[in-house]
Amino acid sequence: MKRNLKHTKVSPVKLYLHYISIHIRSIMQYKKSFLMTALGQFLASFNVFIGIHFMFLRFHSLAGYSYSEVLLCFSIVLMEYSLGECVARGFDTFPSLVRKGSFDRFMTRPRSEILQVLGSSFELTRIGRIIQAAIVFVYGTVHSGISWNWSRVLTVILMLIGGTGIFCGIFLIYAALCFFTLDGLEFINILTDGAREYGKYPVDVYGKRMLRFCTFVIPYSLVQYYPLTYLTGRNDNLFYAFIPLAALLFLVPCFWLWKFGVRKYKSSGS
Amino acid sequence: MSRFITQSKKYLSFFRLRFAMSLQYRTAAIAGIATQFAWGFLELCVFQAFHRTDPEAFPMEFHQLASYIWLQQAFLALFMTWFMEAEIFESIMDGSICYELCRPINIYHMWFARSIANRSSRALLRCFPILIAAFFLPAPYKMSPVSDFTTFLLFLISMLLGLIVTVSLCMIIYMLSFFTVSPQGLKILFAMTSEFFQGNVIPLPFFPSRLQKIMELQPFASMENVPLRIYSGNIQGDQALKAILLQLFWAIVLTVIGRLICRSAMAKITVQGG
Repeated sequence: MKRNLKHTKVSPVKLYLHYISIHIRSIMQYKKSFLMTALGQFLASFNVFIGIHFMFLRFHSLAGYSYSEVLLCFSIVLMEYSLGECVARGFDTFPSLVRKGSFDRFMTRPRSEILQVLGSSFELTRIGRIIQAAIVFVYGTVHSGISWNWSRVLTVILMLIGGTGIFCGIFLIYAALCFFTLDGLEFINILTDGAREYGKYPVDVYGKRMLRFCTFVIPYSLVQYYPLTYLTGRNDNLFYAFIPLAALLFLVPCFWLWKFGVRKYKSSGS
Repeated sequence: MSRFITQSKKYLSFFRLRFAMSLQYRTAAIAGIATQFAWGFLELCVFQAFHRTDPEAFPMEFHQLASYIWLQQAFLALFMTWFMEAEIFESIMDGSICYELCRPINIYHMWFARSIANRSSRALLRCFPILIAAFFLPAPYKMSPVSDFTTFLLFLISMLLGLIVTVSLCMIIYMLSFFTVSPQGLKILFAMTSEFFQGNVIPLPFFPSRLQKIMELQPFASMENVPLRIYSGNIQGDQALKAILLQLFWAIVLTVIGRLICRSAMAKITVQGG
């Protein structure tokens, strides 16, 4: 009997993939609705792109950055955000789990709560933004005249990993705060939507103070400004290519906050 | 005449009801205020960076832009098309619309009054803290007071017309959703186009100048574009009057179109289910 139980315990990765496959299958039952939402996501960031385009038609450059460099920045941040939202959407919808009391059910299961919350939702519709980001990225790459080598390709990949990590971390904070407030806090939007919206320009454009905030408080610049200087050849130090990995440290305090919240949690729903 | 008064009384009470309901959500409003304040500040930072890069190419005075952005944030609820009335769509989708149709009132008027009430109560709750804080900011980011009383009057008139244009555009979308199975696509497309064409992504003066002239004629430009630019002093005198007349024109045309669609929707509507 004991052996049997052990046998049925699948690895967390396999379980997560299973969750995702369920979500994808259920989304595909409503193809039209999926396509519409994805289109909406695409158009929302398309508006931003056109906005950048018109601004550069008028101003030609921004604080020393060319149009194509800004496009690279915009597309990478957009991709980081969309990947983060795609994966960590469960935390974004977490307030409703707490209010309905569904989280209590999660706690009775012999699996990590984080895994279950992550598995509770998977936002495939963000593919709309990701496609947009990919197109703009290719366009930006072609026109920016970056000479690609392995270290620069690696930089982009690390930026995507680190950036997705940061956005997941913020969604985790958002969810963890629900343990104390029982409701979502709208101001967190500034850190997620705001970062996506204003992260389209390199952080140093916003001045020294903003750069400091985005380095030491919420480390956006570690996945945007610093590696970007390496990518665009403003800086030859290979160290800058690996900076995005440091951003993953941001997940540690987020995780602590979550753990603390789970311990404090008192059920609210029925 | 007395019939007209009793008629408007009905819609006025709808307006009052909705207004009182929205005022209940105070905590949400405080969070919203904080968010919009941060949003406006970041927006100004971006424009400031562009201004520093090339002040010659800047199409407005910076203080005009500051007023524009703060008004935009403060009165977001009046002109944003992504918050439409979810209840209306639901009632069309699930058939509970039939209860509304039983009432001895015009559905177009009722929804119109309701939308105006929802938008204005939200805006009223949120605008003052944002505006007051914006007045006390340091120099480049600061919101400037209005130049004279006539401008202020024009601003108020154009604000009201802008709200009417916004609501009548939304009404067209509600009415069109009688003809579709799911209004989702319609809603998204409408929200995105209106956001861009009303100057919410970047204000219309920042568009390439030839394009800007065409942009100013289309109905979306009669939403937030006119009142915000009148207040900030970006359009003055005759130009302001012309813009207000254009707003009036669109307000009339759009309500007429909305009512026509409403009539044909009511003629063919079949509510299924029990």
